Amino acid sequence: MVVNEQKKVTPLIPGIASAIIWGLGQLFNKQYVKALFFFLLQMVVVIVECLTGNYFVDNFVIRSDGGFFVKGIWGLITLGTQPRKMSLVGVTEGDHSIILMIKGIIVVMVALIFVAIYIWNIRDAYKTCKLYNESNVRLSTKAYIRELWESMFHYIILLPSGILLMFLSIMPIIFSALTAFTNYTKTNMPPTHLVDWVGLDNFKNLINIPIWTKTFFGVFGWTLIWAVIATVTCFFFGLIQAVILNSKRIKFKKLWRGIYILPWAIPSMVSLLVFRTMFNGQFGPVSQLLLDLGITSERVAWFSDPTNPNLARITLLVINLWLGFPYFMALMTGIMTGISDDLYEAAKIDGATPFDEFKSITLPIVLNAASPLLIMSFASNFNNFNVIYFLTDGGPTNVNYQFAGSTDILITWVYKLTLDNQLYNMASVMSILIFILIGSISLWNLRRTKGFKED
Amino acid sequence: MKSSQTLNIQSTIKENKSHKMKDRIITGLMYLEIIAVALIVLVPVLWIIGTSFDNSSSLATSSIIPKNPTLNNYKKLFNGTDFTLWYGNTLKIAIVNMVCSVIITTLTAYVFSRFKFKGKKASLLGIMVLQMFPSFMAMTAIYILFLNFGLLDNLYGLALTYIAGQIPYNVWLMKGYLGGVSMSLDEAAMLDGATRLQIFWKIIIPLAFPMITFLAVSTFMAPWMDYILPRLLISSDSKKTLAVGLYDLISSDANNQYTQFAAGAVLVAVPITILYVALQKHLIYGITAGSTKE
Repeated sequence: MVVNEQKKVTPLIPGIASAIIWGLGQLFNKQYVKALFFFLLQMVVVIVECLTGNYFVDNFVIRSDGGFFVKGIWGLITLGTQPRKMSLVGVTEGDHSIILMIKGIIVVMVALIFVAIYIWNIRDAYKTCKLYNESNVRLSTKAYIRELWESMFHYIILLPSGILLMFLSIMPIIFSALTAFTNYTKTNMPPTHLVDWVGLDNFKNLINIPIWTKTFFGVFGWTLIWAVIATVTCFFFGLIQAVILNSKRIKFKKLWRGIYILPWAIPSMVSLLVFRTMFNGQFGPVSQLLLDLGITSERVAWFSDPTNPNLARITLLVINLWLGFPYFMALMTGIMTGISDDLYEAAKIDGATPFDEFKSITLPIVLNAASPLLIMSFASNFNNFNVIYFLTDGGPTNVNYQFAGSTDILITWVYKLTLDNQLYNMASVMSILIFILIGSISLWNLRRTKGFKED
Repeated sequence: MKSSQTLNIQSTIKENKSHKMKDRIITGLMYLEIIAVALIVLVPVLWIIGTSFDNSSSLATSSIIPKNPTLNNYKKLFNGTDFTLWYGNTLKIAIVNMVCSVIITTLTAYVFSRFKFKGKKASLLGIMVLQMFPSFMAMTAIYILFLNFGLLDNLYGLALTYIAGQIPYNVWLMKGYLGGVSMSLDEAAMLDGATRLQIFWKIIIPLAFPMITFLAVSTFMAPWMDYILPRLLISSDSKKTLAVGLYDLISSDANNQYTQFAAGAVLVAVPITILYVALQKHLIYGITAGSTKE
């Protein structure tokens, strides 16, 4: 009894020990391999920080002497303090705010991983000791690894995709979202200038500066119209085509389906560029044909006539229909094969016409099953960069707009703001707004699909 | 009584006749519609094929049936540009993307569909929604990340962004599919003492085969059509992908090579189109399996 009581200590002690030096608690628990593992991880952090910084100098300044972690966080907070200087001696390099910011985000993310390991290390020391107190069992390292693999299997398997997403998806999104709160623009480009945090100024500008407001609502309105009409036309035309091809009257179904599937199968970029040349205003064959047939007296500038922006818009929608209906046709064919024939038989007995059958059986079933895909298609049309960019590039020009043309949708406007005009902050404001809108629609939508229903 | 019956029969015969007429007209109209649509679908396709054999480099004279058909555009494409190189680059990226994506996505979806763990639903919804963020702004950050890790102007770096980019949507599709597959086989194997990785290789992979086909085709296809990513991340001429190379043929204002572009477009589109048409059953199956509502 006495011996045992001497051995047993409160689990808090190894816990606190591990909180001070990683692995110390494990050492206390006599788990040497594990202790070494945690200790080495801590050494990695310390060594990286020391090697990348100059900690053993007299007057320590974070900007020049901070290591990977400390300087990273400093950079994210300050975005740099010294701009590039020109003097008689030459150029003295200053801070590059954007690189500092991105590095800062990466540092915070790496640091979070280590914080997670740190917490795991403390909890492990605490739990092992507690288990020992209760049952006198202490897992060997080997057994522990096996147990870890068993209980953490799902997290371990998720690790590669988690890391990929963290750095290639989440990190960039955090960066671009943060840009909306800075003054990162063409006139304020690093490394010659420093970028600063400006709070909500950019959002205020969107509301207070008339040309921004006007462009935003103009472009936003057209984006909505475009997304709705593009989705609805493709859906219904695809459905009609599928119903017609499903009819018993039609022979050679495979041949027709094979032809109709072509626009879906051909890489969309290729077909878009083909249409762009076909509808070219100066020498495109479509204008030529109309001219030859005597329908028009001069060449039609389909995509670039500033006096007639609606012509460009309608042409876009028609071409998009060509590109988009096969997908829905294929989809509807798939869904329709799942509808039981009994329903149609019963309808026939009740004296229903083919139109009645379509209206009361096919349409409701198809609409219901495909509704998540319909919403998804709306979301992708809302951000359908390719069609707009490759066909019209936003044109025809619109003098009332700030850096946008008449057929620009939000996403192509964002692209122009970013790459052509380098107004990164405003582009980022727009991105956040698009994200909030489309993100919430998609979130609501996704929750209704099979993929999420089961659990 | 009798006469009225004959009258009735007569009128049904008449009705039947007019019914047949009506039937034929409807069938005729339906054929008219499908032929018209088929023509509209085919004209741009035939036009680009015709143009690729056209003798001049301008569009003004091009037609579906060229007057002096020639293979010059194809020859020029192979001798005058780096077309084969672009083709090879794109193929390389496509294969890397396909193999890695299938493995990572299927494993991830397996975990999401078969195990219960903390934060499962939230993380799945979270990554799906994050995908909705417009990606151009994100490009700057990826650019600087790659700059720091030496992945800029690197085909594998580009492939890495494709692999990461396809994860959310495809995991969600695959999870929807696996959710519909009964778990009884897994459970039986579990009772027989199979490990979870064995179950994955021996049971899940064969069961998920239709969906894996879909995944493989769609991830293989992605790099052929994508323009923005390679435009931003690839700078040297020898590492261009097809999309960038082809676009450059017709994007400059001065020296446009439309007929060469047409030849290139045909060479890109033909294998992919054949693949698509041949595998259309799997593809349709793929989209309907997980993304529809019951």
